[in-house]
Amino acid sequence: MILAFVLKRLALAVPTLIVISFLTFVIARLAPSDPVDIIAGEKATPETRARIRHEYGLDRPILIQYLQYLQGIVTRGDFGTSFSSAGLPISRLIVTSFPVTAQLAVQALLFALGLGIPAGILAALYHNTLFDRITMALVVMLVSVPSIVLGPLLMLALAVRLNWLPVSGWKDAQNQIFLIGLPTPFYTDMVLPTVTLGARSAALIARFMRSSLLDTLRQDYLRTAIAKGFSRAQAVRRHALKNALLPVLTVVGTNFGLLLSGSFIVETLFQVPGIGFESINSVLKRDYPVIQGMALLAATVYILINLTVDILYGFVDPRVRSREAGA
Amino acid sequence: MSGSSPGMTALREPVNPSSAFWRRLRHHRVALVCLLYVSALALIALLADVLAPYDYAFQDTRRYASLPAPPDARHLLGTDHLGRDLLSRLLHGARVSLTVSLVVVLISASIGITLGLIAGYRGGRTDLLLMRATDVMFAFPDLLFAILLSAIVRSGGTAVPAWLIFLTLFASLGLVAWPGMARLVRGQALALREREFVEAARAIGVRDTMILRRHLLPNLLGPVIVQVTQDVAGLILAEATLSFLGLGVPPPFASWGRMIFEALPYMHSHPMLLVYPGLALALTVMAFNFLGDALRDALDPRLRQ
Repeated sequence: MILAFVLKRLALAVPTLIVISFLTFVIARLAPSDPVDIIAGEKATPETRARIRHEYGLDRPILIQYLQYLQGIVTRGDFGTSFSSAGLPISRLIVTSFPVTAQLAVQALLFALGLGIPAGILAALYHNTLFDRITMALVVMLVSVPSIVLGPLLMLALAVRLNWLPVSGWKDAQNQIFLIGLPTPFYTDMVLPTVTLGARSAALIARFMRSSLLDTLRQDYLRTAIAKGFSRAQAVRRHALKNALLPVLTVVGTNFGLLLSGSFIVETLFQVPGIGFESINSVLKRDYPVIQGMALLAATVYILINLTVDILYGFVDPRVRSREAGA
Repeated sequence: MSGSSPGMTALREPVNPSSAFWRRLRHHRVALVCLLYVSALALIALLADVLAPYDYAFQDTRRYASLPAPPDARHLLGTDHLGRDLLSRLLHGARVSLTVSLVVVLISASIGITLGLIAGYRGGRTDLLLMRATDVMFAFPDLLFAILLSAIVRSGGTAVPAWLIFLTLFASLGLVAWPGMARLVRGQALALREREFVEAARAIGVRDTMILRRHLLPNLLGPVIVQVTQDVAGLILAEATLSFLGLGVPPPFASWGRMIFEALPYMHSHPMLLVYPGLALALTVMAFNFLGDALRDALDPRLRQ
């Protein structure tokens, strides 16, 4: 039963990935400028140009080029080579930049969960009090304030004015935090990018957590639990929280996707060398193989995350599984 | 058991749904403020040429020893690093922001409504196929697609004309913004399809296109308006973000997103260059978001939390 569910989900993800890889490939080839110009420079002789065209496989039909590209990725993990930094394999660029983005996104998600879930729970438990109202007002603000506004404002306030945090950077040795004299994996220059990226998700999670818990608190079984002698706190802890947390799980998945595309802006803003930063850089340098590889990577990760969340949700909530099987 | 008997209910005045909608909206203070803000913004966008003291591209360079210039009698909010009047650029930014988002929402809503209606009304294999396509578009990180497309068109360098860049902006955002609308309309159409009045129309031989236009579309209007309002908020943000990255509106057009980017190096000495466009952008996105929520509440009070 659960195996069938997982397989069905996987089967749906594969065609999506193929369509996306084809789209990124074709779009990149539609560019009005000739990639040979970028590789060889505009003054190259016709012979050199022809040689380069052949070397990069640009003289073959586009469908063949695409299939070779796909084959390279699947069999050798080869995403081609960069145009602008001659000979640099894109896979190496991915290996260095992907962990940075992953770390940033995970930190932002942890920040969002750490702030959003307690805030949402408290707002629901103290429904209609001042705390609830202030939290919800903050939520609406954070949902609407885009990261290209929030980031610079935080930078202005905390880094430029108060001088508490570095303006930009990532894991710069001089920004390392020492706990009891020992080096730790934490750096102060990670704080602003993490908070900027996670703020919106924190707000969304808080709002969702609140409404989910409010829904659960109205359920009959909770009233029964209290009628049978549980205190309200016990009833909430034992019965309500677990059920209310479940729907929040799906939001975490969609939020991870949000964080991934949000990292493009945050990385550019704070000069964090992740896939977003590298993509925008390669856009400015018209380095299509890099953009293409990064886009494909981002889309793949996005889909895999959604897939994982779907499957996890199927495990946790049997109702989802049976609905899927019935459909 | 209280006072109300079946006879009493029958005697009650019939409620006109549209007047009930306006009554609920009027009682929503936040919604009114947002509506006022959005109307004012639309007016500014329309009259930007008249209201703005300077042209958005005019560079007042000779009068200042150093740029950006601080506020003075000539430039009420000062100038940017190229000597352009900040106030004028803020006002023109409203025009760019609203124009781009409205054009794009027109494109994306048309695609989304058409596909959603067909999928929902037809059902079966058509539905499956269209919804699979929607899923693929949904799975693609939308900003990435727009970045990719804009980057490619721009590869022509300075030779690329401004209209082509605008066209790409509209097309790339329009192509990624429709799946939400398609899903919404499909869901609604699926439900409406089973209703008696549609069945009755079909029974007397009304053609499908007519049923779609006459019976489905008007009943979809409410949810569609809510979705459009929220889409506009998202698109204003998308335009600003793309322009921030240098991939949106071409220079010298004024975009709030680009203004924020250009203000970054002067954050220390001229923080207001950053604060004003940031505030304009955040307030506008917030107004449309609030308005969308309020419209939803007013259209369907059952959804209110």
